[in-house]
Amino acid sequence: MSAASALSKSASKTVPAPSTPAAGSSALSPGQHGITEHSDGRFGYVPVQTRSDRFKSVNVADFEAVSGREAVWKLSPVAKFTDLTAGELNGSRYEVESTPSADISVAWVPRTDARIGTAGLPEERAAANAWSVFDEALAITVSGEEAKEITVTRSVLGNSARGAHTIIEAKPFSQATVILQNTGEARLSENVEIILGESANLTVVSLQEWDDSAVHLANHFASVGRDARLKHVVVSLGGSIVRVNPSVRLAGPGSDTLLLGLYFADAGQHLEQQVYVFHDAPKSRSRVNYKGALQGQDARTVWIGDVLIGNKAAGTDSYEQNRNLVLSEGTRADSIPNLEIETGDIVGAGHASATGRFDDEQLFYLQARGITEEEARRLVVRGFLTEVVQQIGSPELEARLQVAIEAELIGTDDK
Amino acid sequence: MTFMSVLEIKDLHVSVETDQGTKQILRGVNLSINEGEIHAIMGPNGSGKSTLAYTIAGHPKYHVESGSILLDGAEVLKMTVDARARAGLFLAMQYPVEIPGVTVTNFLRTAKTAIEGEAPPIRTWIKDVRQAMTDLRMDKAFAERNVNEGFSGGEKKRNEILQLELLKPKFAVLDETDSGLDVDALKIVSEGVNRAKTNTGLGLLLITHYTRILRYIHPDFVHVFVNGRIAEQGGPELADRLEDEGYDRFLVPSNVG
Repeated sequence: MSAASALSKSASKTVPAPSTPAAGSSALSPGQHGITEHSDGRFGYVPVQTRSDRFKSVNVADFEAVSGREAVWKLSPVAKFTDLTAGELNGSRYEVESTPSADISVAWVPRTDARIGTAGLPEERAAANAWSVFDEALAITVSGEEAKEITVTRSVLGNSARGAHTIIEAKPFSQATVILQNTGEARLSENVEIILGESANLTVVSLQEWDDSAVHLANHFASVGRDARLKHVVVSLGGSIVRVNPSVRLAGPGSDTLLLGLYFADAGQHLEQQVYVFHDAPKSRSRVNYKGALQGQDARTVWIGDVLIGNKAAGTDSYEQNRNLVLSEGTRADSIPNLEIETGDIVGAGHASATGRFDDEQLFYLQARGITEEEARRLVVRGFLTEVVQQIGSPELEARLQVAIEAELIGTDDK
Repeated sequence: MTFMSVLEIKDLHVSVETDQGTKQILRGVNLSINEGEIHAIMGPNGSGKSTLAYTIAGHPKYHVESGSILLDGAEVLKMTVDARARAGLFLAMQYPVEIPGVTVTNFLRTAKTAIEGEAPPIRTWIKDVRQAMTDLRMDKAFAERNVNEGFSGGEKKRNEILQLELLKPKFAVLDETDSGLDVDALKIVSEGVNRAKTNTGLGLLLITHYTRILRYIHPDFVHVFVNGRIAEQGGPELADRLEDEGYDRFLVPSNVG
């Protein structure tokens, strides 16, 4: 295990993509007071660090106590889950149900399994805490070249603090859709490793429909081999605090990933996703598209999208975007794209972020065409989120999500 | 004898809340429009023309202090915004808003379904939409764009008239539909309005600052709006006079002392 020596606290900082150039300072005369440097001085100065250089360790003791000021935690309500970052977690087996599927095995494997630690390592304390305690990992192993689908459900985790580890491996040339379905109560910190062999074609959907009180912190680490394709989808609808951070390393030449996210935060909910794509091989391609809706007092969402195009990644093509739709007052959506490029030889690299409101004038416009208020909201939200739903590629799940989104709209109207 | 629809506005007083307190805008408007008639309301900026339009449609910003708006005898002021549209009223807006995530196609179908109370038969509906778009020289790609998102000023106005043609209201209020249109777009939009009238025999309330659009849409009646009420009314010849003289003779200098 390579544990870099940097302090865990050295909040790493990527270079924000130049979407908003500093407000016209160049137009001012250089001698003028207070404008030659940023006027906020050097307080809290952190040297610029490449995203891939963040401190990593599987040992929870290597991380200092979480203060909430760390780059990875600063937008999260850390005081509400100290049991997961600082407490002792239950790392035993739990009950899972899975639909039968030929050529996909679901089994508990020991910590010594050779695949563990090959897709990624924890970069923060809750992830390391989980990694330190799991007795066995749940391994979902996909083989066979025919397309197939499996749903693995966790519904009875209970409300004591847990740590868990999952491996999803797609053997070379295999193909499958793996749906991780989460319902019921939970206080869970977990790591999910996703390993794609050469030319594998894997879709992983992590579906969070937890009970209202649930807290779920997840880190997904994916390693995508030569010419392999990973579609990764995060759908967060239910739960009190849900933070699913996918981190994908495009490790083989010609590897490709599509990262999709769909979230709907209602009153008091915190839904977060920190997405990281590391282009570490030539001709690799990535697309990131996360869309969220917010409705109700203190509905809160966070999206951070880091893309690092490494110096080995010539000829890459990447684009990331996040869109948020604000449906009421009292919400907050953070959306932070970061782009780091270490090679000049790329096909494309872009990003977009926008947060828009559904406001009274839009409502008036739709109503003035005969559409009721309820229908108007539904129309707008459905239209907005459908773009992501339609890309999942599982018709049954897509239909179910449309219904779940409708239920979200109605559910939040009551609050 | 067939039934004749009528929209009656009676002694309408309307105010809005501003940072400087309540501001009286409409001060006793009386107006009656029969189906098949075109009424032009003309007047200087700030005279309350748009307030009248938005009050008929039911925008929550405008507070009706007294008076009445009757559609075939039913009190419009008691209806919600969407109920007014379903009752047969239509407002073509001066500044149509963008609706993220909703395509023109989806929007039109949803609106038509809401107004008719049932989904339109698919085959004829698609044909109707295509025909109306062709008539308004709207590109096919338009249908899949989000409502008004990234539309030019002219495209937004055409989109309003597209809705007018497809939703087939009994009465339509066109709020400065001519503003910001070049002459070609003005002709296309005017043709659309005239076509709608020919096809459905609707009544029109055409709100405009300029006489330009009246070259293409010929009013039966012209009302001059000044200071929140109708100051003068007449036939089309009144518009010609305004074209020559402007609004000066209606403007009372005593406002500023």
